[in-house]
Amino acid sequence: MLAHLPILQVVLPLLAAPSCLIMRRPKLVWLFTLIVSSIAFLISVALLQQVMESGPISYELGGWEQPWGIEYRIDELSAFLLLIVSAVSTVVLLAAHTSIQAEIAEDSQMMFYVLYLLSLTGMLGIISTGDVFNVFVFLEISSLSAYALIAMGDGRRALWASYQYLIMGTIGATFILIAIGLMYQMTGTLNMEDLSRRLPDVAHTRTMYAAYVFFVVGVCLKMALFPLHLWLPNAYSYAPSIVTAFFAATSTKVALYLLIRFTFSVFDFSFSFSTLPLQPVFLVLGFLGIFVASTAAIYQKNLKHLFAYSSVAQIGYMIVGYSIATSAGLMATLLHLFNHSLMKSALFLALAAVMYRLSSVQLSCLQGMGRQMPLTMAAIVVGGASLIGVPLTIGFVSKWFLVMAAIENGLWPVAVLVLLGSLLAIVYVWRVVEVAYFMEPMPGKDPVKEAPWSILVPVWLLVAANVYFGVDTRLSVQIAQAAADSLFGVSP
Amino acid sequence: MTISLETMLQLCIILPPLAVMGLVATRNNPNVREAMTIVTGLFVLYLTVNLYAGISQGDVIRVHWLEIFPGLNLSFAVEPLGMIFALVASFLWPITIIYSIGYMRSHNEKNQTRFYICFAIAIGCVMGIAFAENLFTLFIFYEVLTLSTYPLVTHAGTKEASRGGRIYLGILLSTSIAFFLLAIVGTWFVAGTLDFKEGGVFGPETSLTVAGVLLALFIFGIGKAAIMPFHRWLPAAMVAPTPVSALLHAVAVVKAGVFTVMKVCVYIFGIDLLGALPSTQALLYLAGATVLLSSVVAMRQDNLKARLAYSTVSQLGYVTIGALLATTLGVVGGSMHIAMHAFGKITLFFCAGAILVATHKSLISQMRGLGRQMPITMAAFFVASLSIIGVPPTGGTWSKWYLLMGALDTQQWIIMAILMISSLLNIAYLLPIPIQAFFPGNEQTPQDAQMNEAPLPSLIALSITAVICVVLFVYPQPLYDLANAVAAVPGTDHGN
Repeated sequence: MLAHLPILQVVLPLLAAPSCLIMRRPKLVWLFTLIVSSIAFLISVALLQQVMESGPISYELGGWEQPWGIEYRIDELSAFLLLIVSAVSTVVLLAAHTSIQAEIAEDSQMMFYVLYLLSLTGMLGIISTGDVFNVFVFLEISSLSAYALIAMGDGRRALWASYQYLIMGTIGATFILIAIGLMYQMTGTLNMEDLSRRLPDVAHTRTMYAAYVFFVVGVCLKMALFPLHLWLPNAYSYAPSIVTAFFAATSTKVALYLLIRFTFSVFDFSFSFSTLPLQPVFLVLGFLGIFVASTAAIYQKNLKHLFAYSSVAQIGYMIVGYSIATSAGLMATLLHLFNHSLMKSALFLALAAVMYRLSSVQLSCLQGMGRQMPLTMAAIVVGGASLIGVPLTIGFVSKWFLVMAAIENGLWPVAVLVLLGSLLAIVYVWRVVEVAYFMEPMPGKDPVKEAPWSILVPVWLLVAANVYFGVDTRLSVQIAQAAADSLFGVSP
Repeated sequence: MTISLETMLQLCIILPPLAVMGLVATRNNPNVREAMTIVTGLFVLYLTVNLYAGISQGDVIRVHWLEIFPGLNLSFAVEPLGMIFALVASFLWPITIIYSIGYMRSHNEKNQTRFYICFAIAIGCVMGIAFAENLFTLFIFYEVLTLSTYPLVTHAGTKEASRGGRIYLGILLSTSIAFFLLAIVGTWFVAGTLDFKEGGVFGPETSLTVAGVLLALFIFGIGKAAIMPFHRWLPAAMVAPTPVSALLHAVAVVKAGVFTVMKVCVYIFGIDLLGALPSTQALLYLAGATVLLSSVVAMRQDNLKARLAYSTVSQLGYVTIGALLATTLGVVGGSMHIAMHAFGKITLFFCAGAILVATHKSLISQMRGLGRQMPITMAAFFVASLSIIGVPPTGGTWSKWYLLMGALDTQQWIIMAILMISSLLNIAYLLPIPIQAFFPGNEQTPQDAQMNEAPLPSLIALSITAVICVVLFVYPQPLYDLANAVAAVPGTDHGN
């Protein structure tokens, strides 16, 4: 049983998805989905434990030896990501039933859970597989279900947002497919480890360069790296709140995982960073993302838009850490990846609570909510503080490591820019605080009650995690360190 | 019941925020609410005095809370400089509360519970800053202090207030993140530690250029010290109710700034290294320029609170100068000035508030002849002015004396001249106010010349602080001893 964990992780939600169709009743389906996701979470904990103790796990699907069969490979990086995705998915699901009741029509609620599980399957699959074509398959599973989930949002704007994402996402996926095809043509293999052995022989051919560029652009589209982020704000804003909370914490992270996985484990590290001027390009794009998206966030009137732009900015931080191209930089990226999924899931889930009570997430609706919905607003404040990087929250930890990584490499301007970026975060978070706490409620509006416990509890679970991992950094730092070291081939 | 000194130290920091719960519970009963703040304040004062007794006997008091990651701790320790700051703040808190009772009630202010809550949190932060054992701990409380005082600044809820609040928050937060945090990270990178250590943390191999840049980052980053050009927040904060201006913007917040500067200079750089840095001299002149320029600006203000605010900016420059002189005498003078200025300036603000409450006057030009109406207030104003100027028989004399000695000692003639000129300017912008109040000259005295003093609690508070200004002249020994203990850390006793 234990030996089969890598595949169970993926197969379980995949099989669970159609089973939902049998149950039909929303509450039952919700419970079932929650249980499946929890099991996935437990599996990921077990996998992480195994990996940290005894190194990477290789699993041969159907007993076919790699490189002929499909290999599932769990190393520190994938175990870390599996943990993040399954954990966030589980906590978000806790709130799903209540929130969905209010936002999605009764008869399509069951479909919601089916799609949710498929999307989860896709993400977990991308992370655990060691086969590049398998990556594409799972990428499509997660993307297609994502388009449908977003389209379940409110009204025609959701359809339009979903359509935008569909076009951009498909272009991205196609680019990745082209890259995979070219690689297969040159080497005749799809297994990642095998590829990494064979690619150096053909590294300096034009085909490989083309494959590499297609891959990077494709994955950056999926990751919403500035300036390829245009699909993201609308997709996040008009999707059902639960979907936003789940995707904001996971989907761009999975794309970032792909970037890291391919550039380090498939292509050779030195090839990745010397073929393209990856470092300057990513550094510039990362910072442009941080500053442009943060500035855009300041001017948003819709809170989901605001935090969506903030997500684009946070991707910028991760890319900056990545482009420092040292173990310390990569570790900062991974740490921020972990931390950011906690922040954004907490924030967007809190917005789900706001949506539940106010049926709107316009900033102006929040006037006076500091008193009417104190717990929800406090959650937004803590999440926002974490975004800024206030000490004792996780945001501080990741900024600290990022700045240190920059300084260690003599990149002082990078350190300064990272800190300046936080100033913009202060501005957009402060706007929310000011409206919620220092403005009187709009006249003529009935006072609202605090959000229901079924949403508040998961929100505060995530908020607590935001603080806990900001104080006790052992777990996150240790795993991120191990993952970064193993990618750089440093034995711990 | 005996409590260990370590517990007392923690209680100092935890008690004020804990009082918040009580304040919320008693929000509908103002008398109980205010009584509770005062009791908490007195208890914190009692604890600090005990801590003082403890370190006077040579006890080492340290508390360790958390380790974020190896080397980065949340921990506290008591040392002389922090002791001065903590004593001043905890002494003035209950007095300010007494004052506020008179002020807030007769002014019919709204949201008084929020007012007392934020006040309590701010004091908790001040204690955290005073007893922080390392830069990281200090930084956390420094930031929370900024945030917790924002609602106090914007208390009035008007457009003007929220504009002032934005400037306040904007400058303090951005300097602290863009420069202060960067300096902290830089220190961590260069020295490998953030702990305050006697004689500094930088090893002999540290490049002077790097340390010089870090010093500049610290001085600019600690926006609460109000070194130009980052001083604008202080006048902007004057939209706050007067008790807030009094305790926070004459004592707690601004002193947190100069305290941090002093602490960084003495315990991160160490005064030996400080004297050798290339940027010290330039920063010293910048502090000097701040002293002079803001005195000049103060002269041109007709609004009493604005004048006092610029005067504060100028006096904060003194402390920074004291730290940057990099000599024992300068450190002694600067440390003493933290306390001396606190008592003087809080009295002045109390008086300004008393005048506002009693006569609704905030412009200096309207205060002519006010001495007959408010003799006690104006007399207190006079004493406090003397202390700010630095003439006997007030406490301000001593700190300015040591600062001048420090300048003399290091042969900083320009700084010395600046200190002298600034004292003259202080006379020019402070003394005319009480003089004209008592001797309005030929002009007709106001019609309603009967006694019309401020509310009694306010009067009591401002009399106490004015008396202390005098007491500190006669009896400065304990303060001097503490200040001397700051300066006399091993490895730094030179030039004396």
